[in-house]
Amino acid sequence: MTQTLAASSVLPSQQTDRANALPVAIFLILALVPFGAAFGPESYVLGLFTRVMVFAVAALALDFICGYGGLVSFGHAAFVGIGAYAVGIIGAHGVTEMLVSLPVALLAGAIFAYLTGTVCLRTKSVYFIMITLAFGQMAYFIAGSLAPYGGDDGLTVRLRSTLLGFPILQNDRTFYYFVLLSLLVVYFAFRTIVYSRFGRVLRGARENATRMATLGFDVFSFQRVGYVIAGAVGGLSGFLLANATEFVSPAYMSWQRSGELIIMILLGGLGTLHGAIVGAAAYLLIEETLGGITEQWKLIFGPLLVLIVLFARGGLLGLVDRIRGRPGRG
Amino acid sequence: MSTGLVVVQILNGLQFGVLLFLIAAGLTLVFGVMDFINLAHGVQYMLGAYLAVAFYALTSNFFIALLLALAAALVFGLLLEFLVFRHLYDRDHLEQVIATFGIIIFLNQAVKTVWGAAPLTLPIPEIFSGSIILMPGLLYPIWRLVIIASGLAIGLLLYVLVGHTRVGMLVRAGATNARMVSALGVDIRRLFMIVFGFGTMLAAFAGAMIAPILSVEPGMGDTVLILAFVVIVIGGIGSMRGAFLAALLIGLVDTLGRSFAIDILRLVMPPSPARTVGPAIASMLIYVLMALVLYFRPSGLFPARGR
Amino acid sequence: MHKKLALIGAIMGLSATAAGAQDKVKVGVIATLSGPPAVLGQQLRNGFQLAVKNLGGKVGGREVEVVVEDDELKPDVAVNKAKALVDRTKVDFVVGPIFSNMLIAIMKPVTDAGVILISPNAGTSNFAGKECNPNFFVTSYQNDQNHEVMGKYAQDAAMKKVFLMAPNYQAGKDAIAGFKRYFKGEIADEVYVPLGQLDYSAELTKIAAASPDGIFVFLPGGMGVNFVKQFRQAGLADKIKFLSAFTVDESTLPAQKEAALGFFGGANWAPNLDNPQNKKFVAEYEKEYNAVPATYAFQAYDAALLIDGALKLTKGNTSDKDALRAALMKANFTSLRGPFKFNTNHYPIQDFYQVKVAQRADGKFETQIDKKVFAGYSDPYAKDCPMK
Repeated sequence: MTQTLAASSVLPSQQTDRANALPVAIFLILALVPFGAAFGPESYVLGLFTRVMVFAVAALALDFICGYGGLVSFGHAAFVGIGAYAVGIIGAHGVTEMLVSLPVALLAGAIFAYLTGTVCLRTKSVYFIMITLAFGQMAYFIAGSLAPYGGDDGLTVRLRSTLLGFPILQNDRTFYYFVLLSLLVVYFAFRTIVYSRFGRVLRGARENATRMATLGFDVFSFQRVGYVIAGAVGGLSGFLLANATEFVSPAYMSWQRSGELIIMILLGGLGTLHGAIVGAAAYLLIEETLGGITEQWKLIFGPLLVLIVLFARGGLLGLVDRIRGRPGRG
Repeated sequence: MSTGLVVVQILNGLQFGVLLFLIAAGLTLVFGVMDFINLAHGVQYMLGAYLAVAFYALTSNFFIALLLALAAALVFGLLLEFLVFRHLYDRDHLEQVIATFGIIIFLNQAVKTVWGAAPLTLPIPEIFSGSIILMPGLLYPIWRLVIIASGLAIGLLLYVLVGHTRVGMLVRAGATNARMVSALGVDIRRLFMIVFGFGTMLAAFAGAMIAPILSVEPGMGDTVLILAFVVIVIGGIGSMRGAFLAALLIGLVDTLGRSFAIDILRLVMPPSPARTVGPAIASMLIYVLMALVLYFRPSGLFPARGR
Repeated sequence: MHKKLALIGAIMGLSATAAGAQDKVKVGVIATLSGPPAVLGQQLRNGFQLAVKNLGGKVGGREVEVVVEDDELKPDVAVNKAKALVDRTKVDFVVGPIFSNMLIAIMKPVTDAGVILISPNAGTSNFAGKECNPNFFVTSYQNDQNHEVMGKYAQDAAMKKVFLMAPNYQAGKDAIAGFKRYFKGEIADEVYVPLGQLDYSAELTKIAAASPDGIFVFLPGGMGVNFVKQFRQAGLADKIKFLSAFTVDESTLPAQKEAALGFFGGANWAPNLDNPQNKKFVAEYEKEYNAVPATYAFQAYDAALLIDGALKLTKGNTSDKDALRAALMKANFTSLRGPFKFNTNHYPIQDFYQVKVAQRADGKFETQIDKKVFAGYSDPYAKDCPMK
């Protein structure tokens, strides 16, 4: 099923410079945004693109397990929410140090992924989608019942995280580059993982789990490690989201949010990593622009998604490829 | 908690289960037979309710409104099939998810644009407006009995149609091996179109039947969609029998959880924390159930054969 | 990628034109306009826009520009939209939102930027007490108060046994706590249902088994419609007194209709509140939007009047924030609810009523004033507020 879509099983040696051109361009543009923003409503533009990058981090993690591992998680927002709550709860007890909250956010995401992954990975295909949804919903309801931390109302993050006591994220521009740096690190980490032996096993399991098992790989453990990595990175995204919005809420874990993340990676192009960034940007910027034009923007947005699926196989990146006259990915 | 109360709550649970089955039947048909994830099932349910309200406003007769709503829903469903769905049958599940998610976004906004954001209502048809006494001080509307009866009838109808007719046989064969069936000279596209149209009508029927006890509002299909998916996944995708039993199971677990979670927790903890923990547990009980079922039976309770 | 650049350009282009029109007062309205609760957000927006229209498009003598944003009931989206209003549109005031969790989310980005935030609905206890904010004003109520009205009513009516029900989230727990602050009789049971519950058979059975004198519920939106219909269908409505808050109002009555007849609610206003300005408002609102206004609409209308009155005092000056806050504090306007002034925490001191659902001569349903329960009532959290 997924192999038709999940693209770019190409090995590094097969990659052309052109294939690298797009990620380079993306990061270049993101690095330059603050300079353009200085001429306009700076904090708004920075805020918008910070938001894009925060979601891109979460989408990258999802693309990693979904596009490369073939594991469609419908509960990915739970990791984001857990990371965000790590910041919120630790902050509520007066600790803003990121050397505390960041590891806790990553660890919390990873632990939740380990525990739920152990159960979820027993199932396949649609059942996997639904069981991840179930755990996502459980996390959502638990967060909503945390009365000391605002319950369903959520809680305000009084201060953005500090580094060794210095409020380095307080400045919007510094925070922007901090998020960009996180995105860059995550992107290259995933690229390295994807092309490593571990990544090849993961992709192999997506194509044919039985064959990989026959070859002597413990597919379950490999997938679980992949799932835990995705959970930790989801936690990172949550850490950034809590700092970006200075607010934490159970709504960050809703199934609609998990759905949006899936749409982002498909929109960009599944299994390409940088497609996740393009997808997150496209989704949020389309939402922002259409929303500014008309209150009825969803009447346009819905059909747009349908059209993208019908006519842009392989997401926006696939579309770009086809326009350039190259064969579609995958 | 007296025995009488428990019995009534069990009945409540069963009736909620049948209600869930009514909603999930169309979904499991399309999903099981065509291997197609139709997230738009929820909005088709919503559309059925809205159409029934609209036609009721014109005709002032529930049953005529119901028939017209079904016809209109069918036309709309076939239009969607023609424009969108048929291009997605051989696509990846994920692509189906996005496209149908797009339809959800569109239709939720569209009903708001056409009918306004305020909730609407549909009265219970006159001849079923009575009620029976369920226990002292509590009436049970006959309309709820009608809903239960129609849920059971739909179950029976699908059982016979899919299991014991030629069309049903083709449908099952098409689900297992579409290419083989079309090689045998059966127009598989038309077959799928029929199944999809039928699924749409089932969703609309559920929406129209439930409208008299619920609020008809934009987004009413979203929660229902998730519940329906939980039902068919626990039951085992593609299994009508599984969906029916899973719906009853969920109805029971959810209702009894809501009714007695606090009382049960009080046995093991002090009343005050029980009051906090109880509702939280009741809210997520069906998801816990789904996780448990899938942990022990990764393909649901009644996995359909050949899948 | 060019798209992205073009978009940045477009965003900046917008702001350039915005900066050119500095003579206008800008008001951003944030409300939930998507999803099932959209009807509430529409009431808020309509109420505000109707007031602006009646003021001739001017507040305090200056032209006013209103920008409406949808928070989609997602906190992070609300924060994003609030930042856009403050930073891109450069608004002087933000009016909104409907829901408490959205309010808590946008509080910091709006007030930290020195912009005045006026809530025409949500009024959480934290911002009424310790975390009260000089840039934050409320034209509605403190969230607990409508529930307290019902609690007081039940106590005064000497009800012996009451059954309580609310959704299992913070506002639900606050509602029950608010009711219990005044009601000292027996609580038959306290039930918390999951948000968005469809079928209430299990709860109805519990209620029937407990056979209380009355029930108090807080089930906003579609939940209230479902419950009210099912409560009536179960035959309980004739035996058990129905007390509620935010459950039977003009936003849900079009769907509840006869099922809600005679049910009670607690409120600071009703469409039939007898004063000339309110009669005019209700008539105009119905003519303009073909719906009976609910509290959301009237409170937003008052928010516009509040801004207008304050700018009259400052002679249109919005840049001297201290003067502006002082002017707002004077509440220099005739509220649709009659007597109105601000407490030290910028929450209103006002009257509260027990309202009752009735059918009007034209067939439409509305809540009507039944009895005044509190006069000149302020919330109990104000004493914790450091502002004096």
